[in-house]
Amino acid sequence: MNTPALSAVRPALFERPSFAVGDRVRVSQRAPIGHYRVPIYLRGIAGVVARIIEPAFVDNEEEGYGRNAGSKRYYYRVAFAMTDLWNGYTGSPNDELQIEIIESWLEQI
Amino acid sequence: MASDPHSQGHSHDHDAHAAISHDEAPGYYEIMETAVRELLMAKGFITANDIRHQIEVLDSRTPALGAAVVARAWTDPAFKSRLLADGRAGCEELGITFYDDTQLIVLENSESVHNLIVCTLCSCYPRPVLGLPPDWYKLKPYRARAVIEPRKVLAEFGTIIPDDVEVRVSDSTAVIRYLVLPRRPAGTEDWTEQDLAGLVTRDAMIGVIPVTLNDRGMK
Repeated sequence: MNTPALSAVRPALFERPSFAVGDRVRVSQRAPIGHYRVPIYLRGIAGVVARIIEPAFVDNEEEGYGRNAGSKRYYYRVAFAMTDLWNGYTGSPNDELQIEIIESWLEQI
Repeated sequence: MASDPHSQGHSHDHDAHAAISHDEAPGYYEIMETAVRELLMAKGFITANDIRHQIEVLDSRTPALGAAVVARAWTDPAFKSRLLADGRAGCEELGITFYDDTQLIVLENSESVHNLIVCTLCSCYPRPVLGLPPDWYKLKPYRARAVIEPRKVLAEFGTIIPDDVEVRVSDSTAVIRYLVLPRRPAGTEDWTEQDLAGLVTRDAMIGVIPVTLNDRGMK
């Protein structure tokens, strides 16, 4: 079946996830004033995308200021090695932390 | 309302208001909650009955719901795979609604992975399936230490995780809530779903202890 129209569909910005499972990403090193949902201990740390959370959700940092429209972005479950998070981590080197982070906080490595 | 998770951790230690908080009079945040609630009611956005109804909703959520989900997953492999693929949809199959519009990821413990949940920023918790969190879950020592030294925290609950088992801590911060699917104890192969549910405790679904056959849990 020849459906060129279907293959020509172009999604809008942020309509599809920017990262894939297995991508290495870094949490932005930023310190915004006000409400945020990315813990400080993760800023600047590199991790791996473990899962894309479907569907995209409203950016709850924006939502905190009453902006509910037009700010949908994907959240990802990102895995970090505990040994990358904490100097002198005493548990097993296989231990990890997983957390959901919205796309606007993640940078491609 | 006073139970807003994001007010947790801010409602104490306000030196400027210490005199109030040590009195019988309501504290700063309690007054703010009352003022906002009364304003919303005066403006007609919510009614007193809406609030009363929501309290009933919250009161209807207890760890017994999560235990029923776990027991079903242990006894119905098809349900378990649906639950792991979409935790919220799996719970909704059993009639558990998500009144707070959160999503749920169910984390399965295995021979090689032990899961632990925490909310470092406040007290995010899978309330639709477990009800209100325990006080220690909302306090700063657990919230900080669960991510920094999870094995020591687990040991304080009596849970020793072997070094060859990965400890995986999930920090819930946004729209996702987590529920641990504990391992089914050996020796329960012929148990009914209902008896199995009686073994599953709140703490096991947070991940601080395993499910075991102890006197409290024996059928």
